[in-house]
Amino acid sequence: MTATKTHTLKRADLKKSSTEGLIPMTYDKRMDGRKRFEEMRPISAKVGIIPRAHGSAMFQIGKTIAYAAVYGPRELHPKFMQNPKTGILRCNYSMMPFSGSGERVRPGSNRRAKEISMVTENALAPVLDLTEFPNAVVDVFIELPQTDAGSRCAGICAASMALADAGIPMKGLVAAVSAGRVDDKIVIDLDYNEEAYEHGPVADIPIAMLQHTNEISLLQMDGEISKEQLKQALETAKKSMAQIFEVQTAALKEKYNVKAR
Amino acid sequence: MSQTFRINEAQKKHLLDSLKKGVRFDGRKLDQHREVSIEYSISKSAEGSARVRIGETEVIAGVKLSIDKPYADSPDEGSLMVDAQLLPLSSPEFELGPPSIEAIELARVVDRGIREAKAIDTKKLCVKEGEKVWIVSIDICTINNAGNLFDASALAAIAALKDARFPEYDGVSIDYKKHSDKKLPLTKIPVAVTVFKAGSTLFIDPSLYEEQVIDARLTVTMMQNGELCALQKGEAKPLSIEEINQMIDLGISKAKELTKHIQK
Repeated sequence: MTATKTHTLKRADLKKSSTEGLIPMTYDKRMDGRKRFEEMRPISAKVGIIPRAHGSAMFQIGKTIAYAAVYGPRELHPKFMQNPKTGILRCNYSMMPFSGSGERVRPGSNRRAKEISMVTENALAPVLDLTEFPNAVVDVFIELPQTDAGSRCAGICAASMALADAGIPMKGLVAAVSAGRVDDKIVIDLDYNEEAYEHGPVADIPIAMLQHTNEISLLQMDGEISKEQLKQALETAKKSMAQIFEVQTAALKEKYNVKAR
Repeated sequence: MSQTFRINEAQKKHLLDSLKKGVRFDGRKLDQHREVSIEYSISKSAEGSARVRIGETEVIAGVKLSIDKPYADSPDEGSLMVDAQLLPLSSPEFELGPPSIEAIELARVVDRGIREAKAIDTKKLCVKEGEKVWIVSIDICTINNAGNLFDASALAAIAALKDARFPEYDGVSIDYKKHSDKKLPLTKIPVAVTVFKAGSTLFIDPSLYEEQVIDARLTVTMMQNGELCALQKGEAKPLSIEEINQMIDLGISKAKELTKHIQK
């Protein structure tokens, strides 16, 4: 949430400063101390955290933590939603009331959570084949106990591992990370402070990628960015998501005691 | 990979017979909790938080603090709010949607324990009489339901209150990014223990199997001085006065044990 007005104003200032060399108003160092602009915050992942679920996982990136639980395939209610040709995926993204950066968030669904639930479903569905489970539903519940931006991406990373843990037939995993620009820099995995950067334009681009094809299954953006910067952001994010696939795979192997090659 | 714990009539009978003999499927005594653990500050977004595990049951509670107008009938006192969510993430039986009666009862039982113990000195939450007071909101979220959510939730709530630190407040707005060392004005530590009755047997901390053969339950909330501050009888079957006395005795002795798990 950054005011566009401030951005355009500061952007003009920046132009002036770069030609006249007066104020070096560039984003030259990450606020949380990360050394490189393409560096993600520390990541950890664990599979099998909720014994009652068919599959479950935790994914943490920086201070953002996502839990995901998978229930199903199970009978889908209401019945009119059943598809006799295939099972369906249903995702629900939810922030715990105390997980926001500010005031308490009212529990239950809201417009933001509904939209994120939908794009999460679309991000995950391409790796699944649920034709073996006609009329059934695979439910994915994502809950966030604490957040510092990047929560929908963390949720997708956790959900993808939880689906694998549940033994749902999958073509590959799904990883997600946010890319973007802060002032003149292309950055990966923005935190709240970077999203709220006030001395230059910011763009935040949550991206999800399929492991087996490298295709993009989630792409959103808010902010301002040039075509060239966007292309660069996508390429940089791809490398980060390759690292996330490694973390996810290692966490799954750890639960199932598979020795790493 | 265990999900549903539904048992049939024959299994129920076997379970009741075993309980009558004082035998539990997991080897515990009738008056024995599963392993209890408390982890503090598990959510950095909250002013205070805690994770409680009782066996495989896992519950987290978070405290948020905000500034609001006091109620007209208590202009110099802050207030308390407790909410509980039986997350569908934590059990195949829990569904999305408005709070179920089970969630409402759980929140209200935890709320009553804290409120009636006067655990928080609400007068100390007053910033400016009649205008500004601190509001303490506790949210309980279930992570894995393996039975006995009452005891786990009440313990998580009081542990989260113990963990809470005030955010910085300059008289106009709260800076949730900065927390002081100032703790909540806690005067009492209420701890709840629920005693269950199945057939003629009394026991605590039921597993998911045992929860299916229960006739009645009594949640006993006790303060550290041994006095009671809240009770809740649940389920459909009645209890004799003699049974209630026994349940209260058992509840008090077990609450003393649970209190020891809370950080000084």
